[in-house]
Amino acid sequence: MELLLQQVLAGLATGAIYASMALAVVMIYQAIDHLNFAQGEMAMFSTFLAWQMLQWGWPYWAAFVGAVVLSFVGGVAIERILFKPIQNAPILSQLAAFIALYGILNSSAGWIWDFNIKTFPSPFGSAPLFGERLVSTHQAGMIGVTLLMLALLYFFFRGSRLGLAMRAAATNPESARLVGIRVGWMIALGWGMSAAVGAVAGMLIAPVVFLEPNMMLGVLLYGFAGAVLGGLSSPGGAVAGGFAVGVIENLAGTFIPYVGRELKLTIALVLIVAVLMFKPSGVFGRTVVSRV
Amino acid sequence: MTSQSRETIALASEPPRARAIARPSLRQILIALAVLVAVVVPFVLKSFFIFQLTLVMVYGLAILGLNLLTGFNGQFSLGHSAFYGIGAYTAAILMEQLDIAYYWTLPCAGAVCFLVGFLFGFPALRLQGLYLALATFALATAMPQILKFHPLEPWTGGVQGIVILKPDPPSGVPLNADQWLYFFTLAVLLVMFAGAANLATSRTGRAIMAIRDHPIAAATMGINTALYKTLTFGVSALYTGVAGALGAIAIQFVAPDSFTFLLSVSLLVGLVVGGVGSIPGSLFGGVFVLFVPNIAERVSTGLAGAIYGVILLLVIYVMPSGAAGFVRFAATRLKSKGKLR
Repeated sequence: MELLLQQVLAGLATGAIYASMALAVVMIYQAIDHLNFAQGEMAMFSTFLAWQMLQWGWPYWAAFVGAVVLSFVGGVAIERILFKPIQNAPILSQLAAFIALYGILNSSAGWIWDFNIKTFPSPFGSAPLFGERLVSTHQAGMIGVTLLMLALLYFFFRGSRLGLAMRAAATNPESARLVGIRVGWMIALGWGMSAAVGAVAGMLIAPVVFLEPNMMLGVLLYGFAGAVLGGLSSPGGAVAGGFAVGVIENLAGTFIPYVGRELKLTIALVLIVAVLMFKPSGVFGRTVVSRV
Repeated sequence: MTSQSRETIALASEPPRARAIARPSLRQILIALAVLVAVVVPFVLKSFFIFQLTLVMVYGLAILGLNLLTGFNGQFSLGHSAFYGIGAYTAAILMEQLDIAYYWTLPCAGAVCFLVGFLFGFPALRLQGLYLALATFALATAMPQILKFHPLEPWTGGVQGIVILKPDPPSGVPLNADQWLYFFTLAVLLVMFAGAANLATSRTGRAIMAIRDHPIAAATMGINTALYKTLTFGVSALYTGVAGALGAIAIQFVAPDSFTFLLSVSLLVGLVVGGVGSIPGSLFGGVFVLFVPNIAERVSTGLAGAIYGVILLLVIYVMPSGAAGFVRFAATRLKSKGKLR
């Protein structure tokens, strides 16, 4: 029983990484209706920006805010410069453009800051929480920040005029345009916000996985898995999905004998696919009904 | 006959009289020319370049497999690296453990992959778009891990992989091993491309495309969507699996980490660049997948990824619907100009 509890806690701690990434993934999905394959690299680049500012001697929170603001501007710029010209191209072509962006960000980060692993400080310290070894203060802080971001986004989308406009632009661009919403800018804003959320996620993840250009690949994929498991139409579901992926991965590794440790990722993914068999739009997702 | 009916579909607005003319169509002439060039090339070029061209054909075939699924049936897959890997390993294990001749491994690899793909098509029936992407992604991630899995090591060779011998040309054929492999691959490629072209214009092919365009309407018209979708998954896996087997024979080596998710991404890029839903476009995709990373590497080793990305972006800006779409666009442009004059 104690082992189970420990493994669940450890799973939640890794799950927090996936959850924060899943949140960023869903954010952009709400704005543009596609998954952004370069999301992880954008977050990695933002984290490097923060690291650079720390190297220049900025205090942590100044670098934090600086990186978030720069990422927001960068996200808007990427949408305006790279993706607006091909907004009418087929979906798969846009997907390939995401892959191109991935390559560009990954390799230029390696070129500017090199591929050596760097440590990134945590604002929460790394002492064990409540004297328990399993969850450190940083991981607890990470879970807290993820939940806080989720709450803020929830109130932004539900409570503010701008949030409503963004939702309208995503669900029904034509009608939104007719009532005077500038759909193009709403999409750009969505990119900016998701880049900013990604930056926060990156800065929280970096102390755990260490900073280097390839740090995000695994995280992003499991963030995707979490987002899809929870349902792409629901930010809360995505966060829950991210935590679930972390816990499932850990439990499969511990409790399924013989194959568990070697194939834990495989088992986690197979379980997710099995869940999707019964809930094809994710556990918390809305089923899209189409008119014939 | 095939190519003519293809044209009728492509140019549905053209009057039917074009069909009555018996002389060979432009498409047939182009195909004949391409085959002629392909036959002459290995006698002119150096061995290494012949090897690279063999790989272009292998990737072209793998992309064609993906194209049948995505371009013709509208199902999305990030898992084709797994089928490619299964094909490659089937060939390697058969050649290394059972001493089976290399040409017999292709039908075996195809059959195994067809079965796996067909079975994978069943869960895929319930999923669409990004959710299907996730399921196929799970397949792609699982494959290298399964290949490394300890209990399977006697067959798969674990992390080390399997080394196989390059097939010799049959005695009496005045070709070296590279040239022979090139022609062998070319022959397989021609047969399989012709098969795909025939499939696309047949009754089955129209059913497959109807499902892509409007699944509900297709079902209403009496098309068994579940059967066709799973079968397409199987055939698509078969093509990619045969490509994997050919690739293993050409490279003479298989290892789990050659068949990761990144291979699926390259195949997807090749599909987009070549043209989604275009059979000859798949070959152009193969050219892109093989040569562009090399070119990027040569321009700058440190920034290779960035240069690859920039080239890919430029290609998408210039040809948003791939090379095939670009050619089609250019042809329509030229034709309408000619009419005005």
